[in-house]
Amino acid sequence: MGSNAAEHHPISFKWVLQAKDKGATVMHVDPKFSRTSARSDFHVPLRSGTDIAFLGGMIKYILDNELFFKEYVVEYTNASLIVGKDYGFEDGLFSGYDAKTRSYDKSKWGFELDADGVPKRDKSLKHPRCVYQLMKKHYSRYGIDAVSSTTGVSAENLLKVYKEFAATGRADKAGTIMYALGWTQHTVGVQNIRSAGIIQLLLGNIGVAGGGINALRGEPNVQGSTDHTLLYHIIPGYMAMPNNEWQTYDDYVKANTPVSNDPMSANWWQHKPKYFASLLKAWFGENATPENGFCYEYLPKIEKGEDYSYMYLFDRMYENKIRGGIIIGLNPMNSVPNSNKVRKALDNLDWLVTSELHHSETTDNWKRPGVDPKTVKTEVFLLPSAHRLEKEGSVTNSGRWLLWHYKAIEPAFEAKPFGDMFVGFMKRVQELYRKEGGTLPEAVLKLDYPDRYDPEELCAKINGRFTKDTVVKGKKYRKGQLVPSFTALADDGSTSSLNWLYAGSYTEEDGNKAKRRSTSQTPMQANIGLFPKWAWCWPVNRRILYNRASVDLNGKPYNPEKAVIEWKDGKWVGDVPDGGWPPMATGKGRYPFIMSKHGFGQIYGPGRQDGPFSEHYEPVETPVARNMFSKQLNSPVYKYVSSEMDKLSAPADPNYPIVLTTYSLTEHWCGGGETRNIPNLLEAEPQLYVEMSPELAEEKGIANGDGVIVESVRGRVEAIAMVTVRMRPLRVHGRIIHEIGMPFCFGWTTPGTGDATNRLTPSVGDPNTTIPEYKACCVNVRKADRLTELAT
Amino acid sequence: MPKSFLIDTSRCTACRGCQIACKEWHELPANKTTQYGWGSHQNPQDLNANNYKLVRFSEHLEDGVVRWNFFPDQCRHCVEPPCRDMADMVQEGAIVRDDKTGAVLFTEKTAMFSPEQFEEVRQACPYNIPRRNDATGMMHKCTMCNERIHGGMLPACVKVCPTGTMQFGERDEMLQLARTRLKRLKRDWPNAMLADPEDVNVIYLLTDKPENYHEYSVASNTFGPMSKKQFFAALARPFRAMKA
Repeated sequence: MGSNAAEHHPISFKWVLQAKDKGATVMHVDPKFSRTSARSDFHVPLRSGTDIAFLGGMIKYILDNELFFKEYVVEYTNASLIVGKDYGFEDGLFSGYDAKTRSYDKSKWGFELDADGVPKRDKSLKHPRCVYQLMKKHYSRYGIDAVSSTTGVSAENLLKVYKEFAATGRADKAGTIMYALGWTQHTVGVQNIRSAGIIQLLLGNIGVAGGGINALRGEPNVQGSTDHTLLYHIIPGYMAMPNNEWQTYDDYVKANTPVSNDPMSANWWQHKPKYFASLLKAWFGENATPENGFCYEYLPKIEKGEDYSYMYLFDRMYENKIRGGIIIGLNPMNSVPNSNKVRKALDNLDWLVTSELHHSETTDNWKRPGVDPKTVKTEVFLLPSAHRLEKEGSVTNSGRWLLWHYKAIEPAFEAKPFGDMFVGFMKRVQELYRKEGGTLPEAVLKLDYPDRYDPEELCAKINGRFTKDTVVKGKKYRKGQLVPSFTALADDGSTSSLNWLYAGSYTEEDGNKAKRRSTSQTPMQANIGLFPKWAWCWPVNRRILYNRASVDLNGKPYNPEKAVIEWKDGKWVGDVPDGGWPPMATGKGRYPFIMSKHGFGQIYGPGRQDGPFSEHYEPVETPVARNMFSKQLNSPVYKYVSSEMDKLSAPADPNYPIVLTTYSLTEHWCGGGETRNIPNLLEAEPQLYVEMSPELAEEKGIANGDGVIVESVRGRVEAIAMVTVRMRPLRVHGRIIHEIGMPFCFGWTTPGTGDATNRLTPSVGDPNTTIPEYKACCVNVRKADRLTELAT
Repeated sequence: MPKSFLIDTSRCTACRGCQIACKEWHELPANKTTQYGWGSHQNPQDLNANNYKLVRFSEHLEDGVVRWNFFPDQCRHCVEPPCRDMADMVQEGAIVRDDKTGAVLFTEKTAMFSPEQFEEVRQACPYNIPRRNDATGMMHKCTMCNERIHGGMLPACVKVCPTGTMQFGERDEMLQLARTRLKRLKRDWPNAMLADPEDVNVIYLLTDKPENYHEYSVASNTFGPMSKKQFFAALARPFRAMKA
């Protein structure tokens, strides 16, 4: 659900097929019947943007029929915790909402604590304010009729999926959910995933073999780049980005280190200062000392509450507030919503540095169709980039495995890996500051920056080193030697590490573990397909996170047939346990969800911007005028920008009655900037198309293969009609609603293939992540009189 | 014993790794393709001199259930190839069979065939596989990656297949695997069948009716009672045997 795995993560689907061979039922819930659906046991079409209604119905079904894994829910999730009196939910709004700032006061959602500051629990799950009871009440509104009418899924199909998946609530069964951008790219993206989290915790499917919520990452190395902070709001290892309220190292540490008063909670983030100090040591080297807060004060700090994600960056660019920048590894003129606006915004830059394999809609934006290059002031630099096959380095897969990929050939001509470019940039910037000075030159000059980009050395630095002679578990390490694990990291300046999660990946004992290719395993590991000596997995080579939730209080596997770990003869065997403490029943154990403050799987999630439970809200552009679950039509806290080009159509606007969803293709990579230049791939998928049902095509007088115009309130796009039974009309709110789908990989720099689908999509985003709502907006479609963007 | 492919369509996700790998290995140029007037994921639209392998897409709605079938089409490398028998009547050695691997190969001598003679060969193929390069006059189709096999490698299409759809090995092993898979699939797909397993070295395992994949998915599907192809095949066989 929320993924078209066979098409977008083809290798992941190999394992799905193997599970199917062993009797697994594979269900595909997705607006479009795709190549994934073709290989699933069955496909259930639903309207884009109604996943929470669908999943909320499943939560209700599980609770009503008591199909949840009771012991797991009571012992390992926060279902038994008692929520404070300030929590409330009324007609689509949680307590603490401020309409003026469009935000919640999350302090209203906290747990009720006892005199020692430990959350109160009721293991009978009867207390009216325990999470279980609040959840039951919250999702009681998600009856089959309302869900069916909202999603367009028949009651029969809903029950078919609910029954099949809820059957995994037994100790000896597991169920997994694979999702990708089909869930994230919504104004309720995070809550889509939260809904799945609630279901998997209820069914005891987290921490077990064959369970989990599998976020599918792909070729762009989303996992690796997120771990190492491609995003603005975090620094490496999932620590918060410093902001203006944390001016000193002590401010930062105090604000970011959670405290738990429960001796049973491992509260792993209590170690954050060690990871943070080691990161600063890695960044500033000898210059970082405990006395100067490890040079923390030289770090740039964002304004608290300000959003620096690309939706807002391009808005600021549009408003003439940005002068120049570097765009690498991204083709935003094709892949960012409301392309007409972002293309115009880019014209406002004085300078732009890009680096690509091929010219793209971004590198060549200054000469795009309809624009006189003489009127564009931007000076554009296009640096030739090395291809993946021309450089070595690491990638991290969806299962958090760190894998080395080797260089196959030398880069052609003057092409260079990005790493070389960045090192080059920084050396020159340092040189300029050294010569000319400037504002706060220390921030740049005190960095411990390499002279040369060396991926091996960088990986060693990511792992981390001792900065003085140290003894760990009786073993002596000299200054400069590699740390064996993150447990060796300290907050006194004696260690450095560019990312604590990767500590242990490159050690004195075993070298670069990303290169390991041994298939050796114990019979217990073989039984569930674990290969602990193949590559390396963060953290500490633990292959299944939260695996102590797979055993009972005595350390016995709930499913002995598929045991992940087991407490045997005074120690854990199997996978690397999530913390080595003895089983809970000994009284010396710790709750298994060690990364959450209280140690529990979070059915109730008070940390999100849009509520502790998921709630169905319509997409910002919706074909219906009301929400069947509350008076609140859209998310009360979704993000948006508001230039004159950021128009939104009204709910149920008769001019735009059709739902559009957008997606990738197997044959083209993301925005297509690379793959459109590969003739054999372009041969296989040559042009922008729009998939639509025969019913809609007939209504609009469109035949398969016709040129059509798709229009939203923001723009229009030419496409070729692909009339297909794989798109089904949906019965929503008592009437037929049509949905169409388009890929976004085609662009004008490949003549005749079409141009950006994202000229149609809106700049509205999730309140937690600001990911735009690419998956659901409203459009209309008509037959084209003539085509200018597509070769005929 | 020749080599055989098993193409288990029940596992195919139509990723087209096979189609692209085939082009890459044979260094075949891309065709100019279009969606205009076509509107299908099946591109190029048909096999041609630059595409020896083509994943065919076929969809239909059956009692409200969508079926989308994928058929990675290629030469079947027939046990008794009628194309060779037909070609032998024009020019012996233009189409040959490598007895070691079972690969049926179009040689450079096929360039000597007139368009009409090529058409005869094409008509002789029950699977509508042979294609002609109009510029060179040469005939083209899947080569079984014969040189790769002699070099101890798998055919390119099999090598890249991520799902286990494309299998390759000794003929008896592949037949065995085909029967095992068929038995398993029959449980859910009573119509499941092997396409002409006795006659070809590229054995398709189908779960739906053959016509729901492709017009030429099985030989019998296209045969009338004594079709032209059959006629020529029957005619050619004794002729060839006589010469041998």
